[in-house]
Amino acid sequence: MKFLCVECDRQMTFEERQLPGDGTLAAAFRCPKCGRAVALLTNPMETQLVSSLGVKIGGATVPAEPLETIRGMVATGREDAFTDGGERATGNGPSWSADAQDRLSRVPGFVRGMVKKIYADYAKERGIGEITPAVMDAARSELGLEGM
Amino acid sequence: MPLNIRTYHELTDPDRSGLGEQIATQRRRLAARLAAVGRVIVVMSGKGGVGKSFVTAHLARALARAGRAVGVLDADLNGPTVAGLLEAGTARLVVGEDAVLPATGSDGVRLVSMAQLLADGQPLAFKGPPAESFVWRGAAEAGAIRELLADVAWGPLDVLLLDLPPGMQRFLELCDLLPAPPAVLTVTIPTPESRDAVRRALRAATERRSPLLGVVENMVDGPFAGTAGADLAVEFGVPVLARIPWHPTPDTWAVLAGRLG
Repeated sequence: MKFLCVECDRQMTFEERQLPGDGTLAAAFRCPKCGRAVALLTNPMETQLVSSLGVKIGGATVPAEPLETIRGMVATGREDAFTDGGERATGNGPSWSADAQDRLSRVPGFVRGMVKKIYADYAKERGIGEITPAVMDAARSELGLEGM
Repeated sequence: MPLNIRTYHELTDPDRSGLGEQIATQRRRLAARLAAVGRVIVVMSGKGGVGKSFVTAHLARALARAGRAVGVLDADLNGPTVAGLLEAGTARLVVGEDAVLPATGSDGVRLVSMAQLLADGQPLAFKGPPAESFVWRGAAEAGAIRELLADVAWGPLDVLLLDLPPGMQRFLELCDLLPAPPAVLTVTIPTPESRDAVRRALRAATERRSPLLGVVENMVDGPFAGTAGADLAVEFGVPVLARIPWHPTPDTWAVLAGRLG
């Protein structure tokens, strides 16, 4: 998927992706010559079709997690289907504030482990010692994590 | 006056989304995961209710008892039963850094099934717009199968058995996903109706150049009359690997496992 600024005859560059949480997606591109930005807006069905393929418009922002499409898309998953093993189970890594833990606890158990790992990796990579709701918001916005 | 628009290929800067490359990465991951699997065998039939899962589970156990490293992927996402037959229907799956560990069922068979992931009694439902879900549901199911193959640490296996749902759709998806067309073990019951349905499945497998291992005729010596197994064997030039009676014994499965090698 490429975007062309017809007026300038220049390929536009990817700017950012936004997932407002209503199933839609916005991907913005900008012309490097004239600076004009355009946004690709997909409806929920189009967004879903792309998600179903396990691919991401604008490219992946975080490494793929095991079974991430299943865990992210199945609506009838068992709360206790997964348990963490290996390094995930040791508890090493950033701490979680009470508010952040409360927010995390509201994520369905089927996908919670994966969400927790993504936030923990985000904090670890940035040298953040404690995960707070503000950190979660920043990660969600920066990484384009819908519904997390 | 039409606009002068260059084509996709004329634009030489990289495609940031790289959807094609993302798909290629998925394929490479799957191929790498299955590199240590000796044989991938799909257990299929064009018809429902012929006992594919029953055959899969008992064949897997017989192979394991014969010393083979065996894995089972329950590819029937909407009617998963093989995990229950292997006594691991409610096993929790352990998530590691790079993959999910398969559960261990009867006789040490490694397996993963949607039965282990779904809440009790719940159908497989996906998040997303319910209207016109037919547009994306097939892609979601194919994506789930891809992940169950590629994101599970199967480890070295002599055989990975895939228990397919009735019909051809899952087989065709697998042909697209796997590095090579999988070998096919076909299950039928003796009736002419089953024969006709299974014939279509075998033709599809032939068209995809899948190796045909043979036919298992299930539920013989019971209320179902016919010669489906023999008919299909002659028509497709494959052996009848087993004729499974209503009350099979462990020896029945051991013979079938032996014939598969």
